Amino acid sequence: MFLNQFLLLAAALFCIGVYGVLVRKNGILVLMSIEIILNAVNINLVAFGSLTDDVAGEVFALFTIAVAAAEVGIGLAIVLLMYRNRRSIDFSEADLLKG
Amino acid sequence: MLALLASADFVRPPIDWHAAAPELTLLGFGALLTMMDIGWLEKGRKFAAPLASLALLATMIPIITLAVDGNDRSMFGGAFVVDNYSLIMKAMFVLAGYVVVLLSTNYIAEGDYWENEYYGLLLSSILGMVLMASSRDLISIFVALELLSIPAYLLATWRKRDLRSNEAGLKYYLMGVFASAVMLYGMSLLYGSTGSTLLSDINAAVSRGADPTAVVVLGVVLVIVGFAFKVSAFPFHTWAPDTYEGAPTPVTAFLSVASKAAGFVALMNIVFVGLLGRDDVVEPLMWVLAAASMTAGNVMALRQTNIVRMLAYSGVAQAGYMLAPLAVIGEVPDTALGAVVTYLVIYAAMNLGAFAVVMAVARKTRSAEIADYRGLFQYAPGLTVAMTIFLFSLAGIPPLGGWFAKFRVIEALIDANNASGVVLGVVVAVNSVIALYYYARVGIGMWAEEVPDGDLRRVDVPVSLVAAIGITAIVTIVFGLGFVVGDFTDVSLLAGG
Repeated sequence: MFLNQFLLLAAALFCIGVYGVLVRKNGILVLMSIEIILNAVNINLVAFGSLTDDVAGEVFALFTIAVAAAEVGIGLAIVLLMYRNRRSIDFSEADLLKG
Repeated sequence: MLALLASADFVRPPIDWHAAAPELTLLGFGALLTMMDIGWLEKGRKFAAPLASLALLATMIPIITLAVDGNDRSMFGGAFVVDNYSLIMKAMFVLAGYVVVLLSTNYIAEGDYWENEYYGLLLSSILGMVLMASSRDLISIFVALELLSIPAYLLATWRKRDLRSNEAGLKYYLMGVFASAVMLYGMSLLYGSTGSTLLSDINAAVSRGADPTAVVVLGVVLVIVGFAFKVSAFPFHTWAPDTYEGAPTPVTAFLSVASKAAGFVALMNIVFVGLLGRDDVVEPLMWVLAAASMTAGNVMALRQTNIVRMLAYSGVAQAGYMLAPLAVIGEVPDTALGAVVTYLVIYAAMNLGAFAVVMAVARKTRSAEIADYRGLFQYAPGLTVAMTIFLFSLAGIPPLGGWFAKFRVIEALIDANNASGVVLGVVVAVNSVIALYYYARVGIGMWAEEVPDGDLRRVDVPVSLVAAIGITAIVTIVFGLGFVVGDFTDVSLLAGG
């Protein structure tokens, strides 16, 4: 069992996702970056679970997948709402509230 | 593994229906509300708010019977625990939810948006909070967190054709989802390094050895950072003022009280049950978060001209006060737990009350500018007295509830009997003085100054708002008389029997 490869892959995906959330301005790309972080989590959970032969890791990953689907559903609804009201999905344009 | 699963006889884990009754009651009523919306459409509109209040009152019944019964109950191998601590928090969430329904009744009915779904989402968010109070396992904490957050994103975006409400929901959603993703990564590291998702097993595993491993430290930091977003602690508070300003005001009250309290409950479950043996990692982190939140929150609140934004920054500072006892969990765990719980209950009452007055005043002035509170006493003396009680309680002036809450926090910090605790106690005291300036500025404007436009028409306050202000004011005053909720449990019993 080569645990390190899985953990390194997950860590790399986590970093890519965090970079995307912080830098990208396009709504869809930000949502995709969040999905990348959540998938890094799933890789970690499944790798740890199969290392220790414990089913809890796989179960946790299933919960993460189900909840991530709901979360992104809400996110797409908000992006769609923003497109209807502003004709743009550039998150940096949402700057009415500040101070 | 599949073959193994197929050959094994499935045995249903024993379910204690009484212990799960509060959650099941909320779930049942929430489903009923949603079915009513689908089946009756517009005809169901007038039943939505009464049914939601009934749901919350009905949920109080099993909570009270469980408290009278008094036995600690534990299900699913210790993932779901009912004890005095979780019952107090459940009762607080349900009562805070009830006050939010009172605040929402007129506000939502008078807007031209769909009403039934609002209460369905509110109940589902409260269900997540009630579940969180009993969660003692990473998976159930995660599911409860998402169950309370996802409806809250929708509630913040409720006025869907209003650009400011859209923006409020967008910022809340992005920060919330990002924080929960980071927190999950931390949870996966904790699971990997301890081999269990159960908090008491995690505590046993991380306590081994004098020094923590790097993976454990990274996991702890990421999990705590994730919850710091939820409780809007500095520097993870940036969403809070914008979301509070743009969201409908009852939703703002709900987010600033119930959602923040749920973040604290999750943090307490993880810290007191799962990481108590690693206080050398948790304490410095909490110290920095607490000191930074109260100082930054108060300084930024000083220059606000909008009362909702001022309350948002004051909420950041209050989160700092509540995090402070967590910086001494190694020395005095029981006192620290009691101080945080006491502060949460009192904070819920006084902050909901302040938002109730803000809503009542906005019915006449249509504004949340602090300048429009000048001369409030001349046309709304009752509201002025109530607002003064809530603001002075938030500032921590005796004999109101907020004073007692701060007293418990400083008591815990001093009891720790070490330099870091005493220094943090001094930081709390200095910050209370800074905070008094901006709370008192609103108070002086209300009592001493003239009405800006000379308009002395009275404010038309609906019965439900009067009830909300009355309930929260009574709780704020009664707790100031030293009615103790904190000494109810021992930290070592939180993991369940």
